[in-house]
Amino acid sequence: MRIGVITFPGSLDDRDAMRAIRLAGAEPVALWHGTHDLDGVDAIVLPGGFSYGDYLRCGAIAARSPIMHEVIEAANDGMPVLGICNGFQILVETHLLPGGLVKNDHGDFIRRDQRLRVESTASAWTNGFAEGQEITIPLKNGEGGFVADEATLDRLEGEGLVAFRYLDVNPNGSLRDIAGLRNERGNVVGLMPHPEHAVEAGFGPDTSDAMRSGVDGLTFFTSALSSMLART
Amino acid sequence: MPTIVVEVMPKAELLDPAGKAVTAALHRLGHSTISDVRLGKRFELRVDGEVDADMLKQVEEVAADMLANGVIEDVISVRVDGAGAAGETR
Repeated sequence: MRIGVITFPGSLDDRDAMRAIRLAGAEPVALWHGTHDLDGVDAIVLPGGFSYGDYLRCGAIAARSPIMHEVIEAANDGMPVLGICNGFQILVETHLLPGGLVKNDHGDFIRRDQRLRVESTASAWTNGFAEGQEITIPLKNGEGGFVADEATLDRLEGEGLVAFRYLDVNPNGSLRDIAGLRNERGNVVGLMPHPEHAVEAGFGPDTSDAMRSGVDGLTFFTSALSSMLART
Repeated sequence: MPTIVVEVMPKAELLDPAGKAVTAALHRLGHSTISDVRLGKRFELRVDGEVDADMLKQVEEVAADMLANGVIEDVISVRVDGAGAAGETR
């Protein structure tokens, strides 16, 4: 199973995402934004960072880069696509996921280990979790406030498309504490927090067992592996 | 070379943390009568040749499609800048 990670100018977490994919047991494949070549991958990760320096709007220019034609096509054909942080911003700019992401309501960049509730396991990237499972993965962003109009928010809730919700604190003013979404088909997931930074004991968030032992993020990638196996 | 000016503002119902920070700084400096500041964007698009209805329409589409994200922003105006040009408002 090969999972592509697309590097845009200004991507930061592409190599972390590739490492997470490898630790989950899949083969990471480096992809470049300026091509039209998905290199035959089975799934795609849009990594975190500051593509194009967040110029225009976060993710706006990356969403219109050459390779995104193929990504949108593949996503519409059912290929698993995960957008993390800037990747989530790119997904909303392509309209593969609804809503928008705006500056944190308190105006500051925030970095914290964030507790989340898994609200939907009906996706390629969350099927390994239990419904309602509480997980902790790092969050780090300046523009992570999820917004959408009331009708869209009601539809997202009604159709079970909210994938993750913030617990304990709402770190950025996201409406209805929404941290991540899935699409109707369940192959596309986007979220602001970073699963790829919680995949190896010693380098993850603290847990009650031991410092930095949190590996809740690994399940995103193992979920994708099992959903790809189910597809073939 | 004519310039088309596009102005984009965050939607009125959304919090504008940058505008709030500027307002707070102005208040600290004693400008208490300035009650609110909102920050938007101004794009200046240089175009080749005359600006006709087709060109304006093209820019309006670009503004709605890329320069602004309709979920979080509104296009406030699309107009030709410069003396004597059609659509000038200044």
